[in-house]
Amino acid sequence: MNLLLVAPILVPLLTAALCLLAWKSVRVQRWLGVAGSAALLASALALFAEVDGRGMAVSHAGEWAAPFGITLAADLLGALMVVLGGIVGLMVAVYSLGSIDEGRERFGFHPLVQILLMGVCGAFLTGDLFNLYVWFEVLLMASFVLTALGGERAQMEGAIKYVTLNLVSSAIFLAALGLLYGLTHSLNMADVSLRLARLNYPALENLLAVLFFIAFGIKAAVFPLFFWLPASYHTMPVAVSALFAGLLTKVGVYALIRVFTLVFRDDVEFIKELMLVVACLTMAVGVLGAVAQMEMRRILSFHIVSQIGYMIIGLALMTPLALAGTVFYLAHHIIVKTNLFLVSGAVARATGSFELKKSGGLYAAQPGLALLFLIPALSLAGIPPLSGFWGKYILVKAGLESGQVVLVVVALAVSVFTMISMMKIWSEAFWKPHPLGLTPAPVGLLNGPIAAMAAMTLAIGFGVEPVMQLAERSAQQLLEPQTYIRAVLEARR
Amino acid sequence: MNSLILRTTTGFLLSLLVLFSVYLMLRGHNAPGGGFIGGLTATAALTLYAFAFDVATVRKMLRLDPLSVAGLGLVLALVSGLPGMLGGDAFLTSRWALLALPDGTEIHLGTPLLFDFGVYLVVIGVGCAVLLTMAEERGE
Repeated sequence: MNLLLVAPILVPLLTAALCLLAWKSVRVQRWLGVAGSAALLASALALFAEVDGRGMAVSHAGEWAAPFGITLAADLLGALMVVLGGIVGLMVAVYSLGSIDEGRERFGFHPLVQILLMGVCGAFLTGDLFNLYVWFEVLLMASFVLTALGGERAQMEGAIKYVTLNLVSSAIFLAALGLLYGLTHSLNMADVSLRLARLNYPALENLLAVLFFIAFGIKAAVFPLFFWLPASYHTMPVAVSALFAGLLTKVGVYALIRVFTLVFRDDVEFIKELMLVVACLTMAVGVLGAVAQMEMRRILSFHIVSQIGYMIIGLALMTPLALAGTVFYLAHHIIVKTNLFLVSGAVARATGSFELKKSGGLYAAQPGLALLFLIPALSLAGIPPLSGFWGKYILVKAGLESGQVVLVVVALAVSVFTMISMMKIWSEAFWKPHPLGLTPAPVGLLNGPIAAMAAMTLAIGFGVEPVMQLAERSAQQLLEPQTYIRAVLEARR
Repeated sequence: MNSLILRTTTGFLLSLLVLFSVYLMLRGHNAPGGGFIGGLTATAALTLYAFAFDVATVRKMLRLDPLSVAGLGLVLALVSGLPGMLGGDAFLTSRWALLALPDGTEIHLGTPLLFDFGVYLVVIGVGCAVLLTMAEERGE
């Protein structure tokens, strides 16, 4: 159990270290990257099987018992997120073989991706708030370098915005941690949860809840804190932006879920109302931002923002069905969004541009790629029977059950606008002939990960029952934090 | 920099500083010191050498690329966490062995020392990677 829990952190660390040892040989690093990501996915699946079969896995690093040592804990949500991280890591590693230029590879692209994955997995597995901060820093450091690596002009501009706003978020997170520690004298999530329940300082607790909401909200890119995202994601290499699009904002969402189901349980009524408003505005503003864009990755970036809104819905409603919807949506979204970014790279490779006005003719030249675009695109818009439909269906149903009519109307309207955006990409990049009359070039290897992720989208869509059951069980765990708390505090000393 | 005095003293200082850095690393378990400070001291020694002579000499002395030194350190630090897990404990649980020398002194050897040595190498590797690159860019 100990090994299973640390493996998703150790495997990428080891891979990164081996990449550094092979610093001179880009080719060795390439294959280490793929092999390491595959091993990460395997270890994540093993952890998931363990958690699924035998319940929560808990390990205290160095046998320093909670609440003093660093706790690693995996419930169903954590294990599921690690698996999704492994999938995205592997797909991006394979995709980067055919798309990253050698200059970036020589300056550490492969080890950086692994360190980013280590940070992501660590954030999903930690049971300690300060340790969560550390993992955030690990993944941010790696992402800062990946954002700026290559040093193109536009890239630097995006990187500065990205770095600045994320540093602000980290500072707020750290300040909140300081206050929380002053209030409860503990940083272990399970322990803090118990201590907060015993304290009676509603004003301070509300302040802390808002600080955490802002800190994670910036990372999750919710309204009105999302501006760094569409400003930077379209400037990076495709493999990097796909990795970020799939995982980084979702780490923020995960942290929100964890903190607001485990740590702040009782006195958070007002933050729930705040979340409802934020969810609506995030969905609406994100999708409206996308309407005005004509660059493929900018459109997709704004859609990340709007989709984050859907995930916040479940957290705001906090009913079993709504939370299950959020978990389902996370899984669906990570796969679909990563895939859409991968497709955008293939489109740019084939037609020579991310600008929709300058591309075209893909449907005639490569109907296969066109189909592979349609699957995640229609899924994102929520067309049955693809995965996005089920995610939206569950959240809308949960919204109706809670009597949140406005929320439901916004969610459905946003879905229509998402469809419009996807059709815009379809008609410009795929349907219309190429403006310069070029025949799109073949994209070769890039099709592999795209097809694999499209297959996963189809699998979630058609095999919705088991995934939904998993999401429901995971929501059940989240709504009964006593199990988590007991598992952490009473684990073998 | 071309200074005879600096070159001559650096020859002596280098070995002294590196010895001192190892001493700092070893005493770190129970007293001020440790892998990080030891690593910084060793990096300072190597930087001094790079000033007195040139960057290429230091790179040759390291034998490995600085970042590979850091990679090696990471591997060592990681490995130091594993023995604890073999006994069924959590990752990074320390394991100790008593080394009795013929003259009666006893030395406690443990996995934290290996961890500290890993940190030591990581700090040297990253420190040298940064400093040597900057020194080269200055046009040496």
